[in-house]
Amino acid sequence: MHIIEARNLVKNFGDFQAVKGIDFFVEQGEIFGFLGPNGAGKTTTINMLTGLARPSEGTITIAGLDGVRNIKKVQGIIGIVPDESNLYDDMGGFENLVFCASLYGMKKRKREQRAHELLAQFSLDDTGNRPFKAYSKGMKRKLTIAAGIIHEPRILFLDEPTTGIDVESARQIRQLIATLNEQGTTIFLTTHYIEDAERLCDRIGFIVGGSVVKVSTVQALLTEAQQEHVLQFWLEASGTHLQSELLDAFPMVSMSPESDHTISLRSKVPMDLMPFMHFFDARNIKVREARLVRPSLEEVFVKITGIELARLKKEKEGRK
Amino acid sequence: MIDNTLAYWGILKKDMRNYYLKPPNISWGIIFPVSWTLMFYLRSEQAVDIRAILPGVMALSILFGTTSMLSVTITFERKSRSFERLLLSPISLNLLMLAKTTGAIVFGIINAFIPVLFASFMIDLSGIHWGILSLAVLFIAITSTFLGLFIAVSVNEVFEAQTFSNFFRFPMMFLCGLFIPIGNLPAIIRPLSYILPLTYGSDLLRFSVNSEASIPVAANLLVLVLFSGLLFFLSTHNIKKRWIY
Repeated sequence: MHIIEARNLVKNFGDFQAVKGIDFFVEQGEIFGFLGPNGAGKTTTINMLTGLARPSEGTITIAGLDGVRNIKKVQGIIGIVPDESNLYDDMGGFENLVFCASLYGMKKRKREQRAHELLAQFSLDDTGNRPFKAYSKGMKRKLTIAAGIIHEPRILFLDEPTTGIDVESARQIRQLIATLNEQGTTIFLTTHYIEDAERLCDRIGFIVGGSVVKVSTVQALLTEAQQEHVLQFWLEASGTHLQSELLDAFPMVSMSPESDHTISLRSKVPMDLMPFMHFFDARNIKVREARLVRPSLEEVFVKITGIELARLKKEKEGRK
Repeated sequence: MIDNTLAYWGILKKDMRNYYLKPPNISWGIIFPVSWTLMFYLRSEQAVDIRAILPGVMALSILFGTTSMLSVTITFERKSRSFERLLLSPISLNLLMLAKTTGAIVFGIINAFIPVLFASFMIDLSGIHWGILSLAVLFIAITSTFLGLFIAVSVNEVFEAQTFSNFFRFPMMFLCGLFIPIGNLPAIIRPLSYILPLTYGSDLLRFSVNSEASIPVAANLLVLVLFSGLLFFLSTHNIKKRWIY
């Protein structure tokens, strides 16, 4: 069953079209990853799905409800965790959770009981009375997620849940996401950590320049990527000038220089390392390291979006 | 179905605790009317007539208290993105904005009665029409709060909120008949006085405290209700246009 369905979704800002008629669906109970570079239209799409923006065209159906006309009903069954922790600085963790529960009409006893439960589940029970502003980044992130699920939503929108936090907190958050999903919550996740997407998601949609360019299962994406064989060389001298010679000598490969001293060779057929070693040797270029790369989801992302992940991570973390 | 009452009380309680009942705001509520009284006292060459200045001090206490607090708190919450959390909750925008403004209305009403409390130690307050005074305070507080809301939803930064507030507050202070009777204003400026809500509020207050009025009580109340409705409508319209884009 499709719990989220977007059809021909368009968002215009004056003459600029941020989202260009996208179609996708999310199955009930799955973790759906929504990936794309900065400015691709991810946030605008999430804003339309959650009611912070109105589509210029198209339809949204969430749990069988019209996501534009019945947005207030929809907001009662979804939880939203934004990319920045947006709870109240002067209020304690417990107080913040109880307040968020009141927005969903939960009765006093129920909201206090749920707040205690979540503080314990997120290992924050010792700090429930501490003001939010005194929390560490990882703790803030966990409490923001707890606030997003205080009303036990059927669908949870998670925007960059592990960005800018320590490794241990990120690990705990990944575990929490998996647990929530096991308990039946459908999760719509955006992240630029491809490892998170690979580990957590059932399916992934890629959005580039306002268009959804690919939606597939993680397994299918990996299988597709691994059809390609990649050899990577770290050279002592610059290797960029060798491109035409290499392609003449090995017509079955394509070459992508990654830096002055690093080159990657790709081929649809398996490659033997030795002919390449001889090639470099004949030109007096020492090879420091050579390895056969097993293409990962990261390769898929780079191929589909044309964006180097290292650059994307830097941009994102710089913003935090 | 969401229990809207619980959400309304939740927001109101949170705002009262987070903003209005903070010690600096409580002290501001006391210092503000004292400063105004002192200002009248210093500019007056003879003994200041507390009863005569009471409506003015009350009106300005409400106007400054409500507009300052609401415009700053909403702009601040918008900047920190906590306001987004409220917009994403399943309660209607009208109810949400009523919940956000109720705290400021209560704050305005309390601010209005602090000068009355001080005055009660200095002068005889008999003869005041308390019923009309209460209605006047309530409606000035509502209108000023909605003016603060309109300011808050028209700006992006906290400092802009303050600047924009003064754009409305200072002309109102001088043109609403509190310092200079409207009849004494130059004829060309006089029509401006009648498009300012405080003109009607201060007229009501003058009537209730000193039995002087230039406009009938019912007309004053009706105009304040219309101003409130218009400002609330414009504010929610602005939110839909600017924040739920």
